[in-house]
Amino acid sequence: MHAGLEQYLAVSGLLFALGLFGVIVRRNLLVIYMCLELMLNAANLALAAFSRFNNNLDGQVFVFFIITVAAAEVSVGLALIVAVYRKRQVTHVEDLATLKL
Amino acid sequence: MSLDVLPWIILFLPLFAAVMITLLTRHNRTWSAGLSIAAVVLGFLLSVLFVWNAGWQPATAEMSASWLSVGNLQVQFGLHLDPLSVLMMLVVTGVASAIHVYSFGYMREDSGFSRYFAGLSLFTFSMLGIVLANNFFQLFIFWELVGVSSYLLIGFWYEKASAADAAKKAFITNRLGDFGFLLGILTVWTALGSLNFGVLQQKLVDDPTLWGPAAAGAGLLIFCGAVGKSAQFPLHVWLPDAMEGPTPVSALIHAATMVAAGVYMLCRVFFLIQPSGALPAIAFIGGLTSILAALAAVQQDDIKRILAYSTLSQLGYMVMAIGMGGPTPAMFHLITHAFFKALLFLGAGSVILAAHHEQNIWKMGGLRTRMPVTFWTFCFGGLALAGLWPWSGFFSKDSILAQALSAHHYVYFVLGLGIAFLTTFYIGRLLVVVFLGSSRSAACEHAREAPPVMAWPLRLLAVLSLVGGWIGIESVLLKAFPGPSPEPVAGFSQQLAGPFLHAPAAAWSGILVFALGALAAWRVYAGTKSDPLPAKLGSFSRAMRNAFYFDDFYAATVIRFHDFLAVIADWFERWIIAGLAVRGVHGSTELAGRALRRLQTGNLQTYAFLFALGVAVVLYWVLGK
Repeated sequence: MHAGLEQYLAVSGLLFALGLFGVIVRRNLLVIYMCLELMLNAANLALAAFSRFNNNLDGQVFVFFIITVAAAEVSVGLALIVAVYRKRQVTHVEDLATLKL
Repeated sequence: MSLDVLPWIILFLPLFAAVMITLLTRHNRTWSAGLSIAAVVLGFLLSVLFVWNAGWQPATAEMSASWLSVGNLQVQFGLHLDPLSVLMMLVVTGVASAIHVYSFGYMREDSGFSRYFAGLSLFTFSMLGIVLANNFFQLFIFWELVGVSSYLLIGFWYEKASAADAAKKAFITNRLGDFGFLLGILTVWTALGSLNFGVLQQKLVDDPTLWGPAAAGAGLLIFCGAVGKSAQFPLHVWLPDAMEGPTPVSALIHAATMVAAGVYMLCRVFFLIQPSGALPAIAFIGGLTSILAALAAVQQDDIKRILAYSTLSQLGYMVMAIGMGGPTPAMFHLITHAFFKALLFLGAGSVILAAHHEQNIWKMGGLRTRMPVTFWTFCFGGLALAGLWPWSGFFSKDSILAQALSAHHYVYFVLGLGIAFLTTFYIGRLLVVVFLGSSRSAACEHAREAPPVMAWPLRLLAVLSLVGGWIGIESVLLKAFPGPSPEPVAGFSQQLAGPFLHAPAAAWSGILVFALGALAAWRVYAGTKSDPLPAKLGSFSRAMRNAFYFDDFYAATVIRFHDFLAVIADWFERWIIAGLAVRGVHGSTELAGRALRRLQTGNLQTYAFLFALGVAVVLYWVLGK
């Protein structure tokens, strides 16, 4: 069976929803982080699919940009998580609520 | 240097001194006093120089600079120089000089020495501003400045509650009169379209009917200002309380500045008031004030209060003279009064200082031998006030009585004689009780004569009180108010005899009531230990002592009414403004804040959820339609 655009988009949407769900319900910072990556890659998948089905390379160029930026973001984000852990010895988000009034 | 600059310098010298003292020399007593005294004495010398060179009627009668213009209201800042203002400038700077020098001795132990002299200079500046003003607007500003400086000086010993209250009372009572004055000025501007004295006078000369129906109202409103400043009935109550200030300040208020301002202003705008038809009311108020105050003075025990009521009475005399259509006698009396009342107050000051701040005359006595200079100068002041020939008071009082006769106001003539009798009586009482007999307190037994810095101003003023009546002051004033009064004669001897020649009835009756008053005072008070009058007069004496209960009457009516208003305003402020309006706004804002605070959980994932929800809503909004 040949996969159409709808199937690609459905997988992409599913991945995005899973990622968002993980971001909202998981407690561990690292897992939240991975879920964020999942959401980014869901978007990448959708862009690649659009590019493929439109016979247009713009979407793939966009994907490359996202991958580059995500790499930079991962390095900064992980560094922050490590710094927070060194400072507070916690990796759970409910323990990081000091901005609360 | 042109002569025209001189009046400006004279006007601004005291202000310069006041500013310099406040900014620079506050901590240096000698410099402060020196600046202030130098400014006013220099002002006096320059005034003399000015009169010497420019005469009483300077060639440039008016100098002004445009100050502000709003619509068709043009306000100038300028000087008006005519015999009236030039003479008054001379008197103000002269008398103020004597008082400044005297203060240097009187206040030397006070810690607020520099502040005192700054206030004194500001006071002199304000008064000179009134004297020289060429329009109503400027006059009003200086008028208020006089009010402020009197507030500062009456409340000079502000740590004393009574002094602070007296200062407030003086200021507020004056403001009441000033409100009427301001309305009067506005009426003048609406009716005549100008505020400049010269222009106004010219307009009324060109067209006497210009005044129209507003005349009487405007005249009375302008008179309101004088009622406040010159302490006429019913706003006279502040003046006796103003005795809380240092004694030289009282001298300044009573002689050269402040109370003189009201009478001077009435004379300055006499051309407005005369055709307005307000004169009978003015004469009535003046006469009433004069007789009430003279009666009250008879039964006071505080040496300064006697003099204060005496001032009230004499001011009433002047206002009465204006009301009878005689600005010349009024101004004449104002000037001679400035000499002898300053003298009397300064004399009283040195008595008070010698008696260790005792002001009750029944605790003094026998000061004649211990304080000869004060005694003799005080005698001169007393005789001038009582009006014995040839002291100055005789001539000015006589000119007022003669005015009453020539204007056919016989009631006021008799009233004037009665007041003259009372005047002689109370000042005789003061002299006899304070200076003759034997000492009634230990302090007075060791009283010492005042130091030279205080004695010389007394001597100078004593000479002026003696000669003030016959050195040609009246003829200068007649240049300012050419009128039906007989042209005065030139020589001293002719001036001395003048009153007996052209108004013998007034002159001889004046002498007669003086003799009666002096005799009565001597008979009642010579050798007494306490006042025999209360026993003889009973409740009337008590009424006199309490100045006919005006203070109590005002306390029971005006002040109580204002207290009532204040209570209502307080309630409204507390419950409606502060409670409902302010607390309402603040309360609802705070409540909203408390509720919204719940959203701020600090939990990242809540934010993420809400963010996602928001995005979903926006997407639905954008795409779902």
